[in-house]
Amino acid sequence: MSDYQVTHSKSRVFYDVFERKPELKHQTHYCPGCGHGVAHKLVAEAIEELGLQERTIFVSPVGCSVFAYYYFDVGNVQAAHGRCPAVATGVKRACPESIVVAYQGDGDLAAIGTAEILHAANRGEKITVFFINNAIYGMTGGQMAPTTLVGQKSTTSPWGRRPGNEGYPLHVAELLATLEAPVYIERVALCDNKNTMKARKAVRKALELQKNGAGFTFVEILSPCPTIWKMDPLDARRWIEEKMLPVFPLGVLRDRTTPQVEDSAIPQRTMAEALELEPLEAEAAELKHAQKAAGHSLALNMAGFGGQGVLLLGQIVAEMGMREGLEVSWLPSYGPEMRSGSAHCHVCLAEERIGSPLITHPDVLIAMNEISLRKFAPQVKRGGLILYNRSALPEGFSVPQARVVCVPASDLADQIGTAKVANVVLLGALMAESELLTQECAIAVLESTVGTKAKGAALIEMNRRALEAGREFMKKAATPVLH
Amino acid sequence: MASQARGKVTIDVNECKGCGLCVEACPPKCLELETELSAYGVHPAHYLGEDCTGCGICFYTCPEPGAITVYKMAPPPKATLTTTEERNASAH
Repeated sequence: MSDYQVTHSKSRVFYDVFERKPELKHQTHYCPGCGHGVAHKLVAEAIEELGLQERTIFVSPVGCSVFAYYYFDVGNVQAAHGRCPAVATGVKRACPESIVVAYQGDGDLAAIGTAEILHAANRGEKITVFFINNAIYGMTGGQMAPTTLVGQKSTTSPWGRRPGNEGYPLHVAELLATLEAPVYIERVALCDNKNTMKARKAVRKALELQKNGAGFTFVEILSPCPTIWKMDPLDARRWIEEKMLPVFPLGVLRDRTTPQVEDSAIPQRTMAEALELEPLEAEAAELKHAQKAAGHSLALNMAGFGGQGVLLLGQIVAEMGMREGLEVSWLPSYGPEMRSGSAHCHVCLAEERIGSPLITHPDVLIAMNEISLRKFAPQVKRGGLILYNRSALPEGFSVPQARVVCVPASDLADQIGTAKVANVVLLGALMAESELLTQECAIAVLESTVGTKAKGAALIEMNRRALEAGREFMKKAATPVLH
Repeated sequence: MASQARGKVTIDVNECKGCGLCVEACPPKCLELETELSAYGVHPAHYLGEDCTGCGICFYTCPEPGAITVYKMAPPPKATLTTTEERNASAH
């Protein structure tokens, strides 16, 4: 007697045991006859046969297949509703060597996630999207989906979908096939043996293309939902063939074998090139950076009314930091108003890489108005510094944990000739307090910001005087240096 | 006695949900649903014990990852020509 050999069995890409629940540890949570199980098996088999298990990152959607991460023994992310292609984009760009699979249902992909899939496809992200189309919302109990057929009853179209009221079914594969970037788009159906095997081929081809570094690949899988369709599993498969295929014709809509133009490389410029520094200056900045003791940093919060130049002040400080060879970040926060409304920005200057640009406890607060002072002063670090744009603190207001210097910057700016430079007066005051920033650097940044044209020359002069005014004021206040 | 079937299929009664897709899909019609309910309350599918060709259609139709395992008869060992010396060497 001859021996039998196993030819088809559970893929190694599935976990041996599904830990989702204490019982039924070998079963999926899908209903009897559900198309997800078959689609999962096709994906798992292709991943295994192509040898991609160690490289695959699977992005699960919201919907019935939300628990895919309990089944696939690969890297897993579960994305917010509809956002699989956006998450997959991030994963693929961060880890270009990985094989990124986004798996979505029609409620997830074609309704709430329409924007994400469209733009991921249009950008030609090198990911593979499996789109399970069962013409209904399954998990939530049978609401109308964008793919619901005309006349099909659902809990939210109880008389059947009427195009006059609910529109027509959305043809996602055709929609994506109008775009330039996708390399492979096919629609398959899990309605009979022959078509299931075609689906198997399509799934494998999509993953193989990604393995070979091709662009965006998309397989739409028409899939049965016996429970919500209120049919037995066999009738559900027949329903796909009879009702869905006429609306969603099968076939390859895009198969581009020609290689695409590779122009995605980011131009690599050095910091010196970006800032248009002379090579010598750049070298000096680097040297300075190397010489500085590690660990020095300055976290600033600058706040005021929109139009007072708080965001610009932040940018100037950040650019000065860059020119000094520091790591910098600038995080603005402002309302839609160009003038008035409150605005503030967080600026970090550091010798080492910055973990987060968000500052909860700044070393220095530059408050350009009273509201900002009241709002942000309590957050300033113990022993920190507050530069307040007034000649005195509001009555009855005190900040016990920090040192406050009242710099009447607006008044000083008015004396110089324009209220515009109040922020620069405060910059001068700040520079008197920190060794991280230097005078020459400030002038250079102001020149590049304000410009050196005829009109600019006068402005630069005023800025120079504003810097000096701020510095002088601090000297008179005679305070010790922060760093 | 009928000659041995080319294939064989086993169905894990703890994984089968009794959807019946494999029974319908099987080309030689060698699967059926049990009349008895399983512990989970479904009629699980089982192999009738004859006629399986090992085609694997039931495997791809079944939504459960590990419910169905398909076997195929191993091909007979290849007949190879050996010399008298080799035969003598293997005999010793």
